[in-house]
Formats: sequence, structure tokens, C-alpha cells
Amino acid sequence: MLDTDDWSLEEIETVLDQTRAMVEILSRPIRRAPALRGRTVILFFAEVSTRTRVSFELAAKALSADVVNITATGSSVEKGESLLDTVRTLQALGGDVVVMRHSSSGAPYFVAQRTESAVINAGDGWHAHPTQGLLDAYTLRDALGELGGKRVVIVGDILHSRVARSDINTLVPLGARVTLSGPPTLVPAAWRCGQLPAGVTYEPLLDRALDGADAVIALRLQRERQESGLLPSLREYSRVWGLSLDRVGRMRPGAPVMHPGPMNEGIEIDAAVAHGSRSLIETQVTNGVAVRMALLYLLAGASTPSGVPAAAAPLEERG
Amino acid sequence: MSFDRRVFEAKGYLVVPGFVDLHTHLREPGFEDSETIETGRRAALRGGFTTICAMPNTEPAVDSPGLLKELIGRGHDVGGARVLFVAAITRGRKGRELADMVELAQAGAVAFSDDGSPVEDARLFRSALEYARASGRPIIEHAQDLALSAKGVMHEGSVSARLGLPGMPAAAEEAAVARDLALARLAGARLHLTHLSTAGSVELVRHAKADGESVTCDVTPHHLAMTDEWVAGSRAFAWEGEDRAPRGVPYDSSTKVNPPLRTRADVRALWAGLEDRTVDAIATDHAPHSSVKKDVEFDQAAFGISGLESALALVLGGVRAGWAPLETVIDALTTGPARALGIDRPEGDWVVIDRDAEWMPRADELASKGKNTPLIGRTLIGRVVATVVAGEVRYEGVVGVAEAISRR
Repeated sequence: MLDTDDWSLEEIETVLDQTRAMVEILSRPIRRAPALRGRTVILFFAEVSTRTRVSFELAAKALSADVVNITATGSSVEKGESLLDTVRTLQALGGDVVVMRHSSSGAPYFVAQRTESAVINAGDGWHAHPTQGLLDAYTLRDALGELGGKRVVIVGDILHSRVARSDINTLVPLGARVTLSGPPTLVPAAWRCGQLPAGVTYEPLLDRALDGADAVIALRLQRERQESGLLPSLREYSRVWGLSLDRVGRMRPGAPVMHPGPMNEGIEIDAAVAHGSRSLIETQVTNGVAVRMALLYLLAGASTPSGVPAAAAPLEERG
Repeated sequence: MSFDRRVFEAKGYLVVPGFVDLHTHLREPGFEDSETIETGRRAALRGGFTTICAMPNTEPAVDSPGLLKELIGRGHDVGGARVLFVAAITRGRKGRELADMVELAQAGAVAFSDDGSPVEDARLFRSALEYARASGRPIIEHAQDLALSAKGVMHEGSVSARLGLPGMPAAAEEAAVARDLALARLAGARLHLTHLSTAGSVELVRHAKADGESVTCDVTPHHLAMTDEWVAGSRAFAWEGEDRAPRGVPYDSSTKVNPPLRTRADVRALWAGLEDRTVDAIATDHAPHSSVKKDVEFDQAAFGISGLESALALVLGGVRAGWAPLETVIDALTTGPARALGIDRPEGDWVVIDRDAEWMPRADELASKGKNTPLIGRTLIGRVVATVVAGEVRYEGVVGVAEAISRR
């Protein structure tokens, strides 16, 4: 499970349907099912991340899996151990599933080729964050109904964003149109010059992008972008591409606002929007656990009596 | 000076003059785990190259007459291809002060280059060109604006956008080519631009040549055959349909090379440049690396493709597709590079080619220590069956070929 870029609509639907079943488990008084009892999930986070790691850990534990953490801090990764060495260790440990986060785009492909465990990409460089894409799709569909004909704006640092790429790869097959907005220096040159993926358009000015939109996803702006000369100032960014109450009012009435977190309130999003009535940001976090449960179940829960309402047959293990 | 080119069929084989490679990395001294002069010379023979030009980006860099003479001595042992040495333009290849270029030329340097590290300071590069002119040797320049290419690891375009990898725009090369051409004109020096990879670069050289500039250039076999889609896992040659070709894994570091694999339109432009003689030579930029430098994350991996042994098959693929006539590419492998260097093509160097032989590069069968090529496991058509250096058969891939040749 390295990227959703080659997934069929059916595969995406399977995960989203399974997610609904998991949301149901999470609403029970005892949020636990035995589906992955006896299975080991290794969380290999070579880049600092609390939110995604905790979300995966909760998901694995809710399915009764054993969870082992290998994080960048305090592990040999920090001491300069090569990824190849780490893979050999992972292989020897023999986890059923390796969930990995890495700062290099493509690193999960490197690991998946060299281990027999199923690998779930929990974010690689600027490339992909498939579970974020799936949870955003789930959250949007819950809020808007079917996504066919709906227009979703993604605003901010598209160039460096694995979230934007995975959102595109998930929302477009579900029928949504995506409008990208953000400073020209933070959108891939090819996408600014007309070589956009299918179903995607680029509108530099956020005000115009938001007119009549059905939802907006704001991306985190890293402060380094200004230091590296890609932005004149954070102040200007916030005035032109920040989500203010006025601005979100340009969308259809009640159109939701999302953010993958962590937020820079006051830069890409105003506090009043982040915590306002349109915000689905906390729902995203809850749904994140359910989506990850669904994936873990579909990848590793194949042959165990599960106690999970069967929404679908488990997926074939993906290469 | 005149060069002859003889092409004749023998028993279904093609016999042509030995190839001259303007751009080879032999890694000795300093990186002998990646390649040595000896293994590189053997790999050259298997690829049909009888003369290779070793780049000076070793450790230490080849920037002193003493080291140069020592290496020339090592390259003279029996066996293998003939080695010529390119000396550094600047001391330590640091781009700050010129190496002793006149003395290096006297000690046997065939050309000058800081390959891998373009001379960024335009004034210093002008001085280098003036000195190159005085020493009678060309400058071989790796044209790249480092501020523009920045941290890029592949071609900047729709594939890099999709893969989330930092890109090097075509303009990073073209801006440097334009600068280098202007400075060469100013200095009246012989400039050779190596491994040009973009349509825009070829067009700039075409214009310069039309204006009578004494500029030459080369392109590599991998830039003639592969596109940036290879980084995303494609293994379709530029002249093949994606559907019929095998697929590799995305982010395979063997596709990471500088300049990066470009778009299909760029590949077409390189072939057009070969055909109208804007492009003088095909040079391998053979860049062997040990697995330690390649078996890592894509963005951490070293740049370079091990290219000597598969060069011929790649360019013959383009010929088969009708992208250039056979004699054009043979010229670009033989008389073209000799002319760019200003040397006579050595007499008695021959290569015997089986144009139809199907073979598959395997890591353990390559003579080079560098196994870093995305062609491992890919079926290629066209192979060297024998290589003759100075009248002596030094490589024989098929038993009995040597006899057939020596009888003629």
C-alpha cells in the first residue's frame, strides 16, 4: 500500500466502505475487535510525526494487533544507520505489516522491494500520504454525499505536499474536480504550465478558486519556504492565501473546511475558521483512525475470525 | 587532418573503427570500490570502445602534472582500451583558481574539464578558455547552472511533479550553455559541451555552429534512449510504446543521473542533432558507483549510470527505429569524438558488431565494477563480438571471431 495512484475506483470504494464499519466499532463502548490478534504491526517512523503515528497505533491496537515502534529519535536511524540496514532488521523482526514514514519520496518502494512484510506508506517526502487522501475522501463524502460533480479547493504549498498529491489521487477517481491554489513558486511548474493531472485545475488567486466551491482543504505552510526565497513574506501569504471567515464565505453555504494538521493558525488558516462551524478538522482526526483500521484489516486480517462487520473481502496484498 | 571511416560486412557482422569515448569515469585514484583503470578499460573493450577519456574527478583530482604522469603510466599496461586523461580546469576542481594548464597539456592531458562541477565563476571560466586555447586543448564543459538545478534529483516536469521529487529544469542546462558559448566566442577557444540533454541546448549549439563558432558537443546513449518516465518505473525506450515494454520499480536509483533523463521531445531533438551533425559525438558518461552509493533512498543516491557496455545496443535501437542512419551514429562514436579532441583516430582499432544479437545485461557479467544501470534484466539487441586495439584482438565475445577477422 504505497500509493493510491494506481488504484481503481473499486479499490478506493472498498476501503471507504470498510472504514464505515470501523467507524461503527469506534463508536462502541469498548473500542476493540480481535481481527488482528497475534499479528505484529511495526511502526517505522524515520521522520518525526506524532499524529499519524498515534493514529496508526490506535488503529492497530483497536484491532488487537501487537505494535512495535521504531522511531527516528532514539533509534539507530539517527546514528546514521542506512535504510538498507533498517530494512534487514525489519525483515528479521518479521512483522506482518510495516507502517512507514520517511522524508525521502519513494522510500516505501525501496523497503517494500526488500521485505516480505506488507508495507503501508504513512507519508514519503513530497510524494504521497495515501491514508490521508483516503480519510479526506471519507470525511468529504460523509459531509457532502457522493463527490461526483463536487469541486474541492486545495490551497497552499502544493509543491512540497504529499497530502495534496494523495488527495488528488483519491478525490478525482471518486468524481470530484480539484482546484489547486497557492503561490506560483509552491505549485509544480508542469502543473502551472498546463500539464495538470486529469480532473485538476490551477487558479492562483484563492478568492477566485473559492467562488462556489464545495469544500476547501488548506495545507500546512512550512516557515522555511520564506527563508529559502520561495515567498516574499508570511504576512502576504496569509493575506492572499490564508483562510479567513470572509473568504470561506465565498464557497457554497456550509461548505466544509479541512486541514491535515498540524495547523499554523494565523498563517494558512484563521482560528475562527479552524474552530468554526464549517471545520471538519477534528472529524478528520477521528476518521483517520478508522481508515487506518480498515487498511490494516484488509491487508493483514485476511484469515482470522474477526469480529469485524464484513463490508468487503480483504484486498490482495499489494506490491 | 582527415579521418577515414570504413564499414564492411563480414559473415553477417559489422566491422567498424574502434569507438572513442570522450567521457568516462574510471574512479582511480580514490574510489577504487566503484571502478579502477583496469576494470574500466576492460568494460570499454566489451562496449567496443578502444580509446576512452578518463575524467579528472578522482580523489585527489587530476590537477597536477605529477599525478597525471603517474596515471598515464598505469593506463599503459597491456590489455584493455587505450586511456587518455582529461585534466582538471581548476585546482582541486573547486572552481577558485586555475590548475597549471600549460604544464598539464605538456604532461599529456588531452583536454580540460571540471566535470560534475561546472566552473561557476564566468571570469575564471573565461581565463580557462584563454589558457585552453594557448595549450591547444579543448575545454570539456558540463553545462549546468547550479543555482537553478539546486537540489534537483531528476528532470523538472510532469513526472517529477507526480513523484514528488525536486526537479532540475531544462533551463538550468540551457542557461549555462548560452553563457559558455558566449565566453568561448570571447576567448576564441575550442569548447566542447558534454552530455547535452535538452532540445534547447541542441538548438543553441546549432545556432552557434551556423555562426561559425568552433564548438562541439556530445550526447550520451542513455539520454538518446531513456526518458524521465524511467524514474517512475517505465522501461520503454523512447522509440517504443509504453504498453509493450517491461516495467521496473519507481524510484530506482539506477535511473538517477546528471543531467537527468529528459522528456521524449528532448530525446527526439538529440537524435535530430545527431542527424544534422549539430551533435558531433556520442559519449557514455560512464559513471560507475559501488552499491553503497546507489542502494539507498533515491534522493540520497549518487548520480550516474554505468554505460560503457550497453552504449552500442542503445544507439542501435534508435537506428533500428529509423531515428538516424547507422553511419551517422558510427561517425558519432568514432571520427566525431576524435575530431572534437583534435586527435587522429588510432589506426588498427576495430570493433566487430553483431547487430542482431539479443542479450541481457546481468550484474555479475558486467566487466565494470559499476552495476548501476537500469538495463539490468532488460533485453537489448546489438552486441560487440570482438574488439581490436592497435591490431591486437583484446576482447573476443564469441569464439572464432578473431580468426575470421585476422584472415582479412
